[in-house]
Amino acid sequence: MTAKIKPSKGAPYARILGVGGYRPSRVVPNEEILQHIDSSDEWIRSRSGIATRHWAGPEETVAEMSLAAAGKAIADAGINADQIGAVIISTVSHFKQTPSIATEIAHRLGAGRPAAFDISAACAGFVYGLTIGKGLIVEGSAEYALVIGVERLSDMTDLTDRSTAFLFGDGAGAVVLGPSDVPEIGPTIWGSEGDKADVISQTVPWDRFKIGDLDQLPLGEDGRLKFPALRQEGQTVFRWAVYEMAKVAQEALDAAGVTADELDVFIPHQANMRIIDAMIKALKLPEHVAVARDIETTGNTSAASIPLAMERLLATGQAKSGDTALVIGFGAGLVFAAAVVTLP
Amino acid sequence: MAATQEEILEGLADIVNEIAGIPTEDVQLDKSFTDDLDVDSLSMVEVVVAAEERFGVKIPDDDVKNLKTVGDATDYILKHQA
Repeated sequence: MTAKIKPSKGAPYARILGVGGYRPSRVVPNEEILQHIDSSDEWIRSRSGIATRHWAGPEETVAEMSLAAAGKAIADAGINADQIGAVIISTVSHFKQTPSIATEIAHRLGAGRPAAFDISAACAGFVYGLTIGKGLIVEGSAEYALVIGVERLSDMTDLTDRSTAFLFGDGAGAVVLGPSDVPEIGPTIWGSEGDKADVISQTVPWDRFKIGDLDQLPLGEDGRLKFPALRQEGQTVFRWAVYEMAKVAQEALDAAGVTADELDVFIPHQANMRIIDAMIKALKLPEHVAVARDIETTGNTSAASIPLAMERLLATGQAKSGDTALVIGFGAGLVFAAAVVTLP
Repeated sequence: MAATQEEILEGLADIVNEIAGIPTEDVQLDKSFTDDLDVDSLSMVEVVVAAEERFGVKIPDDDVKNLKTVGDATDYILKHQA
């Protein structure tokens, strides 16, 4: 017989209750990057807007950075860790595939036995996680959800690639999501374009190392094996990020029923200052909108970039609690996700 | 109606001026975007997208790297415009 199944009971809506970030202690200026590539501080700044980035030390692991960011977000949200029903971590630079890093973080935070899992959505990972977390709360599978974006991209940086050596940074950003009586996270406009999988990718897959055939593996000038790194086709990424993502951002505004005039803050993934500037133009954002420009001193931290930028905007007073913000992540896949949110 | 070479050059000059701040009179057929006009690879994408809109052409990324000079871009648009 087909038994009658009780439906789950979720909250009417979800919202961001708190945000926290962790930036590694070591600040790496462009001068240090220039030890390995033929370039200049001026070139790097004009092409990317990046002046410094944070690179993690041996103690600043993906787990430690996640814990630090999550602890701040939980405190900011004013809840206890044991109230968290789901832990979602987005990362591409945690090099132990199983078990997921989310289970370790849930345990070490004292969250009890929440659902915990990692997702892989590159630079769109934070907004993917936000969307999943919101869904869990509204659907009733969790009352509170912790979403963390964390990366140690310095581990995946080819220091001799003059087009990417200066781009990436390390860090973690986290938000706590919880129930709400009013909508504070708008509809997500998201998707993927797998036909563009080669535009941003890891140089070699891990199983090449298993084969052990040195001819199949990248070697450095010193003849030693090179760790897989991130590579990208800059012009193609730029065109897609600016012009296609401006359309996605506009769709997210339209879906939320929010006009550009009503927007207070724009927090795009911090990929490149030139992309941010061109997106603002393409979106025709009014001047009153505060724009996240965290990339200048943080570099591109992939899944961590949006919550890190959000935390900084709030900490510096450029944005305030209750402000309406447009967030958009986009990156390797290619994948993208955008939504309008109320800042915690 | 298809644009003439002169009209395309004039349009490109406006675009390069708008995006890179180069005086329109400096934008000549023999000028290299990168070497003479200081249009870097990312600005070049902005120039290309603006030219696509203005002249109703599609310029795929693979073709962008062959457009070294203003003359290359003008010829490309002349040949591919609808």
